[in-house]
Amino acid sequence: MTVESRFDVPGTPVFDGESSRRGYRMNKMFMTFRDAASRERFLADEAAYCDASGLSPEQKAAVLGRDWQGMIDLGASIFYMYKLAMMEGRSMQYLGGVFSGVTEEEFVAAMRRRGENRG
Amino acid sequence: MAEVVWGLATSHVPSIGAAMDRGKTETDAWAPLFEGYRPAREWLADPEQAPDVAIVVYNDHANGIDLDVVPTFGIGTADEYPVADEGFGPRPVPVVQGHPELSLHLLEKLVDDGFDLTVFQELEVDHGLTVPLSVWTPDPGESWPCPVVPLLVNVIQYPQPTAARCYALGQALGRAIASFPQDLKVAVLGTGGMSHQLAGARAGFINPEFDHMFLDAIEKDPAKLAALSREDYIRDAGSEGIELIMWLIMRGAMNPQVRKVHSTYFVPASNTAAALALFDNRSTQLV
Repeated sequence: MTVESRFDVPGTPVFDGESSRRGYRMNKMFMTFRDAASRERFLADEAAYCDASGLSPEQKAAVLGRDWQGMIDLGASIFYMYKLAMMEGRSMQYLGGVFSGVTEEEFVAAMRRRGENRG
Repeated sequence: MAEVVWGLATSHVPSIGAAMDRGKTETDAWAPLFEGYRPAREWLADPEQAPDVAIVVYNDHANGIDLDVVPTFGIGTADEYPVADEGFGPRPVPVVQGHPELSLHLLEKLVDDGFDLTVFQELEVDHGLTVPLSVWTPDPGESWPCPVVPLLVNVIQYPQPTAARCYALGQALGRAIASFPQDLKVAVLGTGGMSHQLAGARAGFINPEFDHMFLDAIEKDPAKLAALSREDYIRDAGSEGIELIMWLIMRGAMNPQVRKVHSTYFVPASNTAAALALFDNRSTQLV
């Protein structure tokens, strides 16, 4: 399931006030990952860290399962969630592939092709 | 009085900064982008063009500010702005020096003009601000070329300010700069864009047709861009491409007629269409 965008622009989630309210605790948790000590505490016991951060059971499951689309649907901001992705060594191209249903390599190749066709 | 000498619009994609920090600017993937910057960088490196202070219009990306407070517009008033650690160590670039006297002047004039800015007395600046400085000055050495006034815009949580409001803020910013009592040469940087979308099934979306229209109109017909709705930007430039509204603040601060020094457009900078557009604010006044 994906959240409906507030606009009729297919495949385009809009991070709005409702999303931000829904994802608030999760995004606040992602924000703590700026700090190396917090990253270590998270990795040492992810479930406990999610609980202490006040995540809902659904958000916790999405974080533990690295369900990137699920986190977005549950209110993650891409810029905050990216801090979790960076801990895993995942790039924005990898995430772009996850969201659009292709591999990272295919996503990168598609971006390059768009470059070749640029006006 | 202070005057705006030039305006530089540029993408602030983090990977552009990373390519510079990691010595990858001459690789096949990146060389065309940096070659495209070259004429602008050469013009800007002329001491004749050196500003005394730069106003950088940008947005934070979960580094300097959190979601507990989401200011629509903000201004830094600090002596200096540390470079944020975005999760992999701060970029190896100089601390950004502030210009609190100009910041406080702009704040007062803009509030008097109806723009009630949030004040940042402490602010760590992320790639949104430092990458544009690197695009301008690839080798800053120990310090950036001049002090900086950060002007923040919320573009990551809907409702972003309208394009019309951004353009009007830019026009008020131009008046506020002109009323500063010291003779200062001021550069204005508008950052972000061009078309891109990071999340959703449409991730990877870019729109060269819209981008070229925007690049042309930002010079010649910014009112046309100010008339576009948030939905227009999200549909045509992508959910993150809406950050192009920040270019309108830069443009509004400049004269109705400007001279384009150089522009360049490149796809892809990681997930993004990237561009640079440099405008001289003085030459049209002399002819």
